[in-house]
Amino acid sequence: MGTGVAKSVTTQKLVNEKGRFGRFGGRYVPETLIPALEQLEREYLAAKKDRDFQKELNYYLKEYVGRPSPLYLAERLGKRLGDVKVYLKREDLNHTGAHKINNTLGQALLAKRMGKRRIIAETGAGQHGVATATACAMFGLECEVYMGEEDMRRQSLNVFRMKLLGTNVIPVKTGSMTLKDATNEALRDWMASVGNTHYILGSVVGPHPYPTMVRDFQSIIGKEARDQILEKENRLPDCLIACVGGGSNSIGLFHPFIEDEGVRMIGVEAGGIGLKVGEHAATLSYGKVGVLHGSMSYVLQDDDGQTQPVHSISAGLDYPGVGPEHSYLKDIGRAEYVSVTDAEALEAFQACARSEGIIPALEAAHALAYTMKVAPSLDRGSVILVCLSGSGDKDSFEVAAKLGIKINSPAHG
Amino acid sequence: MDNRIDQRFKLLKSKKESAFIPFITAGDPSLEVTRGLILELERCGADIIELGIPFSDPIADGPVIQASYYRTLAKGLRVEDVFRLVKDVRKETDIPIVSMVSYSIVFKIGVEKFLVSAKESGFDGATIPDLPVEESQALIRSASEKDFRIVCFAAPTTTPDRMEQIAKGTQGFLYYMSVVGITGVRDSLPKDMKENICRLKRLTDKPIALGFGISTPEQAKIAGSVADGVIVGSALIKELERNIDKSPSEIIKAVGQLAGKLSAGAKGRV
Repeated sequence: MGTGVAKSVTTQKLVNEKGRFGRFGGRYVPETLIPALEQLEREYLAAKKDRDFQKELNYYLKEYVGRPSPLYLAERLGKRLGDVKVYLKREDLNHTGAHKINNTLGQALLAKRMGKRRIIAETGAGQHGVATATACAMFGLECEVYMGEEDMRRQSLNVFRMKLLGTNVIPVKTGSMTLKDATNEALRDWMASVGNTHYILGSVVGPHPYPTMVRDFQSIIGKEARDQILEKENRLPDCLIACVGGGSNSIGLFHPFIEDEGVRMIGVEAGGIGLKVGEHAATLSYGKVGVLHGSMSYVLQDDDGQTQPVHSISAGLDYPGVGPEHSYLKDIGRAEYVSVTDAEALEAFQACARSEGIIPALEAAHALAYTMKVAPSLDRGSVILVCLSGSGDKDSFEVAAKLGIKINSPAHG
Repeated sequence: MDNRIDQRFKLLKSKKESAFIPFITAGDPSLEVTRGLILELERCGADIIELGIPFSDPIADGPVIQASYYRTLAKGLRVEDVFRLVKDVRKETDIPIVSMVSYSIVFKIGVEKFLVSAKESGFDGATIPDLPVEESQALIRSASEKDFRIVCFAAPTTTPDRMEQIAKGTQGFLYYMSVVGITGVRDSLPKDMKENICRLKRLTDKPIALGFGISTPEQAKIAGSVADGVIVGSALIKELERNIDKSPSEIIKAVGQLAGKLSAGAKGRV
């Protein structure tokens, strides 16, 4: 697809009252959850229109999270890539080190509004878990987080942080012991606890209204970035690049630009170590339409509809599904989806550290890796806006291990 | 000809008996055992068999059934194996068989293809726990044309207007989840159960079967006294799990014995 040519879409058409983005989305969950989802939808729509709610949310986003996050021109990186301008949306500078807090604060406030005092969440890399634990600590809500045992091993630092924040981390030992299994467990908990519990889902996946609600909370990324780039460059960017696991940081960046037809939007998935089943997590690139975790979207499944194993160096991208809005944007050709390998992400991780003094999360390193790949083919002076969705501090041990460097850490023996 | 499920409920109604509906996982621990179990369960008083088609991410099910699904999938069980199994066992029994299947599987195979294959193999209906009634209209229509029953769920959390929709949409019988939450063994049954069933009975003439959390003959008796059918899953799978290292005939015997007691409970004979 050529640069700057995109079909016109209106946000009006993007989601209908049944939570459908075209044929994607919907609500495929047991009957037990339907009333809870209906209540959540009602409360969310009311909160969205409620000025006091928005005012309170904005207060915390500013004073607690530290928004707006900077849009930083990575000059050395841009020069190296053939004289393009690479802007990094610094979500890593948010309190708790990632974009996840934008959503958890919003949903925690909503839970308070609904009178639900117990919060549950699932987490992969642990960023969403930490962000949920943080919001709950601050608002005084009880919090339990489901996390796959394999992820707990990979992200022991985040497990410790959650515990410090007063959250009970529940190890998930079923299935692949990663994000999808943690999501199953959280959904199960919610089915039995729906009366007093709100489930803070961490991405733009799951049954309606989650994909819409989480997108709205994350759209602050794109709204700020759009204002910031217009102020700095006096024009819109040529291209947006963000990593896609479930797809919350990317949809947060993309959404406010959807009607800006000349702006290319590129989602970067985890290409892992190969194209075979179980070697990657590139759902939009290699998946087919199916149903997983309550919504219809692209999924990595076998011919019987069984979820396939996935792999990524990044725990946050290690997920066999993707948000339904991304599936829709792919099908109508408004966004492009590509993938980069573990090795490419690892290289970008180090390159960003060296040339910009910023250690990105391995998730964000996927977006940077594709930026480095695509930039040389763009016109000189092109403006690329990359979502630096999180900080790489959490990945230090994992990356050191991958690079064959031993760090003396009690967490890793 | 009437669907086997309808026939069975008609017969039970004339005998003023509740249906006993055991749930087992297809292929756990082997297709051979499942085949034997279906026949044994019938001998031990089952009226309808609910046969679970294993799924990798069963959100409506508890740890016991999930573990059963995982055991089975790990051995490479495919959906077509389940169809073949039912086709084979149909040669020997006319007991109604309902599949419990995730919409992820039905959608992937294709709604039409799934319904045709299931019907042809000898299934009489399906319950699709992750397909809410508003999403199932087209599927129910298509199933109706094939004399295939789609059993819908209602839960204690279901609102009155949805209750009406579900009572209208369901076919064969209505699956009422007696507790909020996932399948599994529980110590007690909720108090509002009777009240909710009465509410449902005012809405529909279709049989109402109670499931989720029924594990003892005593509980089955209480459930059988208020509902037209009693569904037991996790307790049977747990019994199977306890005997899993034994020979196929011993597994079948052990699960059959428990089923016999539960059936007696459901029919008020304890």
